Amino acid sequence: MATQNTKTASSTGLDHGVNVPKLPIYLDYQATTPCDPRVVEAMLPFFTEHFGNPHSRNHKYGWDAEAAVEKARAQVAHIIGADEKEVIFTSGATESNNLALKGVAHFYRDKKNHIITTVTEHKCVLDSCRHLELEGFEVTYLPVQQNGLIDLDVLRNAITPKTVLVSVMAVNNEIGVIQPLAEVGKICREKGVFFHTDAAQAVGKIPLDVDAMNIDLLSISGHKIYGPKGIGALYVRRKPRVRLEALIHGGGQERGFRSGTLPTPLCVGLGEACAIAEKEMGAEAERLRRLRDRFFDQIKARLPEVYLNGDAEHRIPGNLNLSFAHVEGEGLMMGIKDLCVSSGSACTSASLEPSYVLRALGVEVEMAHTSLRIGLGRFTTEQEVDYAVEHLVEAVSRLREMSPLWEMAQQGIDIKSIQWSEH
Amino acid sequence: MYSEKVVDHYENPRNVGGFKKEEAGIGTGLVGAPACGDVMKLQIKVGADGRIEDARFKTFGCGSAIASSSLATEWVKGKTLEEAESIKNTEIAQYLSLPPVKIHCSVLAEDAIKAAIKDYREKSGSPAGTDGNAAGKAAE
Repeated sequence: MATQNTKTASSTGLDHGVNVPKLPIYLDYQATTPCDPRVVEAMLPFFTEHFGNPHSRNHKYGWDAEAAVEKARAQVAHIIGADEKEVIFTSGATESNNLALKGVAHFYRDKKNHIITTVTEHKCVLDSCRHLELEGFEVTYLPVQQNGLIDLDVLRNAITPKTVLVSVMAVNNEIGVIQPLAEVGKICREKGVFFHTDAAQAVGKIPLDVDAMNIDLLSISGHKIYGPKGIGALYVRRKPRVRLEALIHGGGQERGFRSGTLPTPLCVGLGEACAIAEKEMGAEAERLRRLRDRFFDQIKARLPEVYLNGDAEHRIPGNLNLSFAHVEGEGLMMGIKDLCVSSGSACTSASLEPSYVLRALGVEVEMAHTSLRIGLGRFTTEQEVDYAVEHLVEAVSRLREMSPLWEMAQQGIDIKSIQWSEH
Repeated sequence: MYSEKVVDHYENPRNVGGFKKEEAGIGTGLVGAPACGDVMKLQIKVGADGRIEDARFKTFGCGSAIASSSLATEWVKGKTLEEAESIKNTEIAQYLSLPPVKIHCSVLAEDAIKAAIKDYREKSGSPAGTDGNAAGKAAE
């Protein structure tokens, strides 16, 4: 697998004794992942010879497709410790999150009208909540602490007799921090409130068990775990039963929660991706932890004033969110064009607001502008990490020499003492 | 996403650095804000003939901000203060083919030129009254 990234690259003038891997280097595994070749292989027959409609009950084409879909459903269920009857296929985590939030809110609207979530959720959770507010529901957005984790006491106090659902993401997509799921689940179960978690960034990366963690609904994405894009799943607990109002109506597939013909190849791909991730999770987490430490240790040794955003312990091993003080993130990205990463600076968008997640942590706006998200994954090699470090150190050093803020910091001028103009 | 000219100025920025702001003939402009994601420091060195004989910049910001300030230092050289003051952000934006979301980078560069000239005038107008601590006060 790793060999696909070790071809000799074109010259970039940056080969100070470091072997040059294939460029550009993909370090954005929280945005999406490539399909694992084993996943693609499992999917291929279901585009061609086994093309049947899994809902066709009268012939072998249908039966074969149905068997493949049900095998995949079991694979998805297994990685989260669920029963296969509790897994619904969707088009992705965005749909799963929409269905969980709106589905539960709508079904129980006569009895309860309050939802609790957090300020650092993915936009699809926040926007679904905004939509529910417009419909008259009340939503509490829990703050997070400086490390990105919620305060359990704040959660406990936010729950009222009107609360129907608590939605707390498992792993944050920007900063990689892992919320205390088991503790949240325990509180929710005690209070008789449903617990939904957006686990798009968590499945296959950390152990999840819906029973041990008292999770009632859980969203899964295919393309974040080396599966195909366009497929996801929602776990919906049967005991005690969680009821939902469907978003998509039609033939009544997926227990009536989600009508539409299942895309057999995509279901098979998601199932295979889950099976591979479950089997390799332990060793892969260890490998990524070593690569992550190798990356961060070298950066820290060679660059002053680099700060890690989000809790250092409670985070997935494949994520580093770093602020490089006095270097603007978008300008930095332009200087590391051989590295595919994300920036917390939102200078490209119409608004000049940087990442709302970093802001929620209390990261100063100016520091949020200097942040990069570096995502390591299954195909990241040691050689790529070393090359990325070289490239990044060189670019940050060059831009700091060009930065008036760096110059002031070196002269001991506190940039907060200056009255800056707003524009 | 970036025009060739922006990439060229980003990769080969002209006139990076600074002059001692206390020295005679130096004007310093510091504009923008760290919280907004861009800060430009632009300095001019005015000769005995009243023309800008040299310029320097340092910029915290995206590629377009760096390119706009780099270009500004090139354009002010050899100009009188009045000529330099008349440089418009639209000319910078047009030359660099900046997209609409990056127009503010060219506005900042124009502001930086004006701030440097203003600082120079204040200093030369009342040399005893100012200490030239331009970095300690943001322009405008």
